[in-house]
Amino acid sequence: MSDAPKPHMIQTTYREAMRDALRDALRSDPRVFLMGEDVGRYGGCYAVSMGLLEEFGEERVRDTPLSESGFVGAGIGAALGGMRPIVEIMTVNFSLLALDQIMNNAATLRHMSGGQFSVPIVIRMATGAGKQLAAQHSHSLEGWYAHIPGLKVLTPATVEDARYMLAAALADPDPVLIFEHVMLYNLEGWMPVRAGAEPVHQARIHRTGGDVTLLAYGAGFHKAMTAADQLAADGIEAEVIDLRSLRPLDDATILASVSKTHRVVIVDEGWRSGGISAEIMARIVEQGFYELDAPPVRVCGAEVPIPYPRHLEEAAIPQPEGIVQAVRQVLGRG
Amino acid sequence: MPSLGSDMEAGTLVEWQIKPGDVVHRGQIVAVVETVKGAIDVEIFEDGVVDELLVAPGTEVPVGTVLARIRSAQPGEVAAATVSEPQPSPARAAAPSVAAGAASEGAREARDRLKVSPAARRRATERGVDLAQLRGSGPDGAITVADVETAAAAALAPKPAEGRDLAAMRQAIAAAMAHAKREIPHYYLAMPVDMAPALTWLERRNADRPPEERLLPAILMVKAVAQATARFAEFNGFYRNGGFEPSAAAHVGMAIALRGGGLVAPALHDARDRDLDGLMQDFRDLVQRARSGHLRSSELADPTITVTSLGERGVEQVFPIIYPPQVAIVGFGAVTERPWAQEGHIVVRRALTASLAADHRVSDGHRGGLFLAAIAAALQQPELL
Repeated sequence: MSDAPKPHMIQTTYREAMRDALRDALRSDPRVFLMGEDVGRYGGCYAVSMGLLEEFGEERVRDTPLSESGFVGAGIGAALGGMRPIVEIMTVNFSLLALDQIMNNAATLRHMSGGQFSVPIVIRMATGAGKQLAAQHSHSLEGWYAHIPGLKVLTPATVEDARYMLAAALADPDPVLIFEHVMLYNLEGWMPVRAGAEPVHQARIHRTGGDVTLLAYGAGFHKAMTAADQLAADGIEAEVIDLRSLRPLDDATILASVSKTHRVVIVDEGWRSGGISAEIMARIVEQGFYELDAPPVRVCGAEVPIPYPRHLEEAAIPQPEGIVQAVRQVLGRG
Repeated sequence: MPSLGSDMEAGTLVEWQIKPGDVVHRGQIVAVVETVKGAIDVEIFEDGVVDELLVAPGTEVPVGTVLARIRSAQPGEVAAATVSEPQPSPARAAAPSVAAGAASEGAREARDRLKVSPAARRRATERGVDLAQLRGSGPDGAITVADVETAAAAALAPKPAEGRDLAAMRQAIAAAMAHAKREIPHYYLAMPVDMAPALTWLERRNADRPPEERLLPAILMVKAVAQATARFAEFNGFYRNGGFEPSAAAHVGMAIALRGGGLVAPALHDARDRDLDGLMQDFRDLVQRARSGHLRSSELADPTITVTSLGERGVEQVFPIIYPPQVAIVGFGAVTERPWAQEGHIVVRRALTASLAADHRVSDGHRGGLFLAAIAAALQQPELL
């Protein structure tokens, strides 16, 4: 992307965009506060909340003990009490300690109270592999959370979504989980200056093409774009769609694209068996069977705990080469 | 659909010369196929009994498409066919071997259940295309929307005109020659050849013969090249799949210019083993059929080395391009009287310049020079050819 100034566009990083979003939220709504491990003095494990403690004080930027179940539960209580908490969990693997709170409380209370209570909590967490943090810090479990009714699951992949999705999540009266891929924090990009978020549960077509639909989210979206560039050099025009939201899924955009290209490759860093890619594929087959000109193909994470050595870590998650190969396969040029 | 050269991608079946139940023998002409090189008579490679014709006349199919199925000839079945009994049942055909029976049943089932994408199946219904006639280009050979569209378009298109489509042939030549120049590291050598002994011998031999039995100098050149390949195997064969496959036989392709433009280079089969009269007869037949458009499939697919002679056009030296997947081509220029230094004197000799373009992946200039010298030497002793 060119560094030349563009009208109504600003250049930023994913980390800065996320920090601006937090700052915006803390400024515009006194009910909003941020809590989590190391979000205050340390500035966030991935330096997202750097400087916010100094700016907003200890009441609104709160360091918590290492107790995911405890502080997520506290966040749920605060939300029930009328606050708008943003809870940061250091990495998706650790969120499992808070799974009881997330699933049995946050996701259910609206239903179990007959609509009397809602839980307007936003839970942010880092996800994904690529930083050599090994199997206890590197998994992609957002697909699991997308299984749970009562939750919404967002996966910002661009600086624009890093900047604007948080406000939409805070405006939602129900719990919203935001998954930030660890490899995206240093991503640089241009984004338009706008007043608010685009509808966050709509997938976005970033590149149009007639030969195959590439569905991806998070860091996988950028790999799909790289693959599309390589394919274009080969005369294959891929349509690349950033899913943005895993729950709800934007069936309409997915099906419209598949109805145009008749071929689809799904990129998902999560494990294949029972993953979100399986759900997406099932919906395509249920709703678009007669549009398909080739069996849909998935490019997923290998079914192993994410390895520590760099070459094995790279081999365990989707890469542009594998996406290119999968596209060639659905085109019968494998 | 046989490949009749590296530049062929598809062919149109014009007519069948066999029907199910016919006994066929290796080399028999079974079909006529229209290609950019004109109508080609397709020969069969196996003895057997025709089981099923899979492609209807008028259909254009890609190279590699199965055109028909034959069963290998069992003595009993051949007898049955020749006495015109009803067609043997599948069970009877399978009788000689249980394993073979199981395999053919499996194949039959696989055929019955075509692999068709859901979208292609719907499109075929809309367009009235018979899926059983199609060959799939999708994953696992599945029929895709594009295959259905191609077939639907072909059904609407006017039948190919009789004879050659020169524009298509030009395209095919372009593709083959571009491929050759892109992929093959050519090297070129040239050598003057004293043609006096060969021409003197030829004139004496032709003197008391009627024109139709006379030998042309080109035949001596072909024979000399074919003989030389016996000792220089690296100029005779194919470069395929990253390696050289030498050929035991020397099938010498003859570049033949066509009226109206274009050229073909069909093979004179087993040129090393044929005598000169036989070669001459084959050559006349080949030229006549090349120009009328009835070459055989093996003649187009088989050449292991090519000879091109442009001497009649006054060309002094040819710089030829190899026809892939061959690895060498020998060019002959015009025979001219020229000053020739010999034992300290200048004499006037009838001579030509022979040239070689060869594939440097397979051979080197040293051997190329020896190969050209062997051709030149053979032409000094025409009586031994």
